[in-house]
Amino acid sequence: MLEVRYRTARTRPLARATLPAALDPGLTIRPAEAGARFSLRVRKATGTVAGLPLDGPINSLAGDDARWIARLGPDEWLIGTSETEADALAAAVASDLAGTAHALVDVSHRNVGIDVSGAKSAILLNAGCPLDLGDTAFPSGSATRTLLGKAEIVLIRWPGATPRYRVECWRSFATYVHGFLVEAGLGTTAPSKAA
Amino acid sequence: MAQPFRLPRGGRVDRTRPISFTFNGRTIEGFQGDSVASALLANGVHLVGRSFKYHRPRGILSHGSDEPSALLSVDRGRGRIDPNNRASVVEARAGLKTQSQNHWPSLEFDVGAVNDLLSPVFVAGFYYKTFMWPRKFWDKVYEPIIRGAAGLGKAPVEADPDRYANRHAHCDVLVVGAGPTGLAAALAAAKTGARVILADEGPEPGGSLLHDVTSEIDGRPAAAWLAATLADLDARENVILLPRTTVFGYYNHNHVALTERVTDHLPGATGTAPRERLWQVRAEQVVLAGGSHERPLVFADNDRPGILLAESVRVFINRYGVAPGRRIVFATNGASAYTCAHDAKAAGLDVTLVDFRTESECGPELGRLRAAGVEVLTGHTVVGSKGRKRVTGLLVAPVGSDGRCGGRRLLPCDCVGMSGGWTPAVHLFSQSRGKLAYDAARDAFLPSVSAQAERSAGAANGAYDLAACLAEGYAAGAAAAASEDRRSFTATPTATGFKPVRIMPTDADPTKQRAFVDFQNDVTAKDIKLAVREGFQSIEHVKRYTTTGMATDQGKTSNMNALGIVAGQLDKSLPGVGTTTFRPPYTPVTFGALVGPARHALFDPIRTTPIHEWAERQGAKFENVALWRRAWYFPRGSEDLHAAVARECKAVREGVGIFDASTLGKIEVVGPDAAEFMNRLYVNPWLKLEPGRCRYGLMLKEDGYILDDGVVARVSQDCFHVTTTTGGAARVLGHMEDYLQTEWPELEVFLTSTTEQWSVIALQGPKARAVIAPLVDGIDLSPEAFPHMAMRTGTICGVPTRLFRVSFTGELGFEINVPSDQAAAVWEAIFAEGQPHGITPYGTETMHVLRAEKGYIIVGQETDGTVTPDDVGLAGMIAKAKKDFVGKRSLARPDVVATGRKQLVGLVTADPKLVLDEGAQIVSDTNQPIPMRMLGHVTSSYWSPNCGRSIAMALVADGRLLMGNTLHVTTPEGFTTVTVVDPVFFDPKGERINA
Amino acid sequence: MLLIDCPYCGKRPETEFRCGGQAHIARPTDPSALSDADWSEHLFVRANPRGVHAERWNHIHGCGRWFNALRDTVSDRFIETYPVGSEPTTGSHPSQGTEPTRSTQTETRA
Repeated sequence: MLEVRYRTARTRPLARATLPAALDPGLTIRPAEAGARFSLRVRKATGTVAGLPLDGPINSLAGDDARWIARLGPDEWLIGTSETEADALAAAVASDLAGTAHALVDVSHRNVGIDVSGAKSAILLNAGCPLDLGDTAFPSGSATRTLLGKAEIVLIRWPGATPRYRVECWRSFATYVHGFLVEAGLGTTAPSKAA
Repeated sequence: MAQPFRLPRGGRVDRTRPISFTFNGRTIEGFQGDSVASALLANGVHLVGRSFKYHRPRGILSHGSDEPSALLSVDRGRGRIDPNNRASVVEARAGLKTQSQNHWPSLEFDVGAVNDLLSPVFVAGFYYKTFMWPRKFWDKVYEPIIRGAAGLGKAPVEADPDRYANRHAHCDVLVVGAGPTGLAAALAAAKTGARVILADEGPEPGGSLLHDVTSEIDGRPAAAWLAATLADLDARENVILLPRTTVFGYYNHNHVALTERVTDHLPGATGTAPRERLWQVRAEQVVLAGGSHERPLVFADNDRPGILLAESVRVFINRYGVAPGRRIVFATNGASAYTCAHDAKAAGLDVTLVDFRTESECGPELGRLRAAGVEVLTGHTVVGSKGRKRVTGLLVAPVGSDGRCGGRRLLPCDCVGMSGGWTPAVHLFSQSRGKLAYDAARDAFLPSVSAQAERSAGAANGAYDLAACLAEGYAAGAAAAASEDRRSFTATPTATGFKPVRIMPTDADPTKQRAFVDFQNDVTAKDIKLAVREGFQSIEHVKRYTTTGMATDQGKTSNMNALGIVAGQLDKSLPGVGTTTFRPPYTPVTFGALVGPARHALFDPIRTTPIHEWAERQGAKFENVALWRRAWYFPRGSEDLHAAVARECKAVREGVGIFDASTLGKIEVVGPDAAEFMNRLYVNPWLKLEPGRCRYGLMLKEDGYILDDGVVARVSQDCFHVTTTTGGAARVLGHMEDYLQTEWPELEVFLTSTTEQWSVIALQGPKARAVIAPLVDGIDLSPEAFPHMAMRTGTICGVPTRLFRVSFTGELGFEINVPSDQAAAVWEAIFAEGQPHGITPYGTETMHVLRAEKGYIIVGQETDGTVTPDDVGLAGMIAKAKKDFVGKRSLARPDVVATGRKQLVGLVTADPKLVLDEGAQIVSDTNQPIPMRMLGHVTSSYWSPNCGRSIAMALVADGRLLMGNTLHVTTPEGFTTVTVVDPVFFDPKGERINA
Repeated sequence: MLLIDCPYCGKRPETEFRCGGQAHIARPTDPSALSDADWSEHLFVRANPRGVHAERWNHIHGCGRWFNALRDTVSDRFIETYPVGSEPTTGSHPSQGTEPTRSTQTETRA
């Protein structure tokens, strides 16, 4: 009974986030669905876990929107999947890495995702992110930990030709990060040409 | 007649779009495309301000960002007012209200002008010489007077209503300046496909091409070449062209800062567009093509309104279609002013030219100008000017080869265009730490040795001929993009060359003359000479003593003249004197641009827990703890802090309280070597801690001082759930990672921050177990099965939990860790379940009081980075058997084992109602002479509702030896008496915790 | 703002990093064997050269890794960055060891 009442209800930090009407029409800023996230630490960057590759270059992403692995450092990965698949994924990783020292830590409730898309996405993100987000330096399939204003984020550029990004931050920073992106979205608008 | 000085034709202003604004309340008519300066001149307004020190009437000197004199307060409406705007760079638009500055009661009649008569008093170093004594006059008399008189404009008083944006950008080639050099550079770089940013401070790219109506480039008029080049650049996707954008700072590793003025020039609403945008550009290569600044000539009374720089006269005529006067005298020591004279003559104005150079020193420009019917007086000096609020005549005289002046001649005029030569704008190059070298042929410091990946080109590099600028710019742009592409341009030859002169020879007593060098700071040639006579030899010292080269223009027009005079006085070469340091910003930058979006809610992240909204609904008051906003107390009705805390403290000890401890730092320490890692980092022993058990851990820095503390649970053989203080979470994780990666890489351990994965609901008090019992599944809560300092996993309300039986209050307590998204629901369920038990939410203040009643320390309150475990009575926690842990060796340092260290004790006041001030100093004898020996200070002090009196903790030298002794503590009313006691004030036997 | 070449992530802006002071000061394997003077030297005494300096940097807001760098303190130029536990390829520098490091090292080697 209690289980039904509470376990299914996840209260996400940005559940009531709103966007101003004046936001640059070339941009979409949307809190991502609640999902599962795991931080994986292992020194062996070879093979796969739960079907996800460990041998991608540092700062790259493999997989798709629904199930992905981002290599954030030589021995650190962030894995994203749906809530329903979380237990199975954790079990598969444990099985694949049996006998190898590793840490798989559930950070589903720590991380909050915000999706940013639209032609001006990189300009929007560059309001607070100091990285070169050009196609050469940060092509689709890139993922890295970095900064947005005064908050630390993980920035993912999804595979595909259209510019789509995921900003992941810790939950208590979500209000700031979302607010920063919205403010930046107002600041990218050009004044009307009529003068 | 409106705009009496607007020429009938010419200029780039749009005559079909009239605009109007006000100056000192008077309506000024102009056209779209005017600057405030050009519109004022079109209306015959030359007097626009009073000078800084002497309140002399001042006009417009220049057409650009080097303007030192014409500083206006600009009101853009709706709270948008700011001072010290250069009239020459503010774009005229409808609705602007501009005001002159530094005068009272009016611009025309200024009482402060009495300073001009007193000018013999206001010599260089006036403040230093005058306000020396008596010393006690400084605070009350001198400083207020100086502050009242200082500064030009008035700072705005309202909050800035505008939005300021920020943008990081990367490019292959950043080109600074969109004159002919910069345009050619951008074109060459863009052709290679490189990412190019081209920035120019003006509203329209083009630089000198915007006012060059006679030159041709590649067989086309300059304006046509400009239009075609801009169209070419505009069509390229790899080029970002930024007008109205000043490159103001050149920092490390080609990190360059720009401000883009986005909306100031637009009348009416601009939607959500920002006023300005700060660009932080990281460029692979930079091309500096910022041009050069014209120097004034230094002669007596060279500062009258109507006396402009020669090139600026040309700009007002050609670019704005404005005649700065009908009868213009050009005074020069070089060739460029001849072009200005030509253009003025072509515009139908009466023109005379006075050249300091002799006939033979002049080039072909001389014959050409005479052929155009202009009287040219060569070999002449300027000895003064006539007029007061507007120049009415220029006094000139021939100079012989011996430097003696012949008979004076008055040239009546209403405008003077002066040219003392050119100074390349090497500011950004110098900011980049590049080395300058003096070039005698150009009488200028030029870029010499680069420190970063940049190159200078065009006039910024000392090239003044149009074709040379174009070729040099093109080569620089191509080279910056790693291309071998080079090309030459055919262009109309530019009249260049000049004969340097520091102070124009005069027939008058130079000690009685006021020949201005720095117009903004009212520094005369005389002042600079005086400074050198008084012993200032370093140019940096002369600058500070005389104030030459300071303030908003940073001496763009004046520095070379000042340098030259100093060199002459010292009989040194110019390179021997050197330049003052060029520092950012190149021109003034608004605070708004630097702040950007970082204000209000975006000033800093405000971190809140999942329980925050519930606490808000309960009417909690909050306090800031690091970036977190934590519930401080929960007032009921009209309760104040003390009443609420007293009630909350009682409720916890007598019933049950609920507290949001989610901000505690949490780290998951995982790996086969996890216990060994913990053993090396903490003072405590960890190898034998059983899974399911907790330990209070204490962590030191290598210097032996306490870094952090917190309860740690062993979740399994190779997994620890570490908690840290709220403020120490990041610091502890960083400390751990540092040792793990750099000292003990052989340990197989992984650290993951779970601070925000787990929210923590602390339930404290004798009834805590009864409240959660119905909600918990899978955990035997009985004291036998689940003793103090144990951790169990199970579910609460069906939500997975790591349930800690721990206490920071001394009561039976639980810290319920649940995944954060479910924490609010679990909290509310517990709160509902606790209603029959009188469950009471409490905040951080009550938490502090309750732990102080028990003598528990708070790291950062009882400790300050110089406190050892023994100092706070925790030496017993140190694992004696461990050979080493971080900080252990330092615990044997001589100063750490010495007697006299400050130790944690309790203090009780003689008056039980008196609550001491935290931080108050402690002495043993109040009759000792001052300075007294301070024994220590109060670290924590509260009213304790459960003890019915005040309590305090303190660090006192050898405090544990002083138990029962009387000491004295400072209060705002004097000393008060206290007794030293054990710092455990409540339940000293610690029985309640095991309930 | 410096541009720092993280050995794992490439060139990244300084704001993502934290500087950890002088590099190649190994923690003694047995601190208790050190005299007070040697321990104090290890704890507190650091080089402050005008010129090339071996420093520890942490890419805290990136891959999280610590690494070492040779930086010219006059020009701010980075000569080289290299992983913890390895030696720079440029010039000589104090090697890691158990001896407490004296402050006479890392003078100008430009």
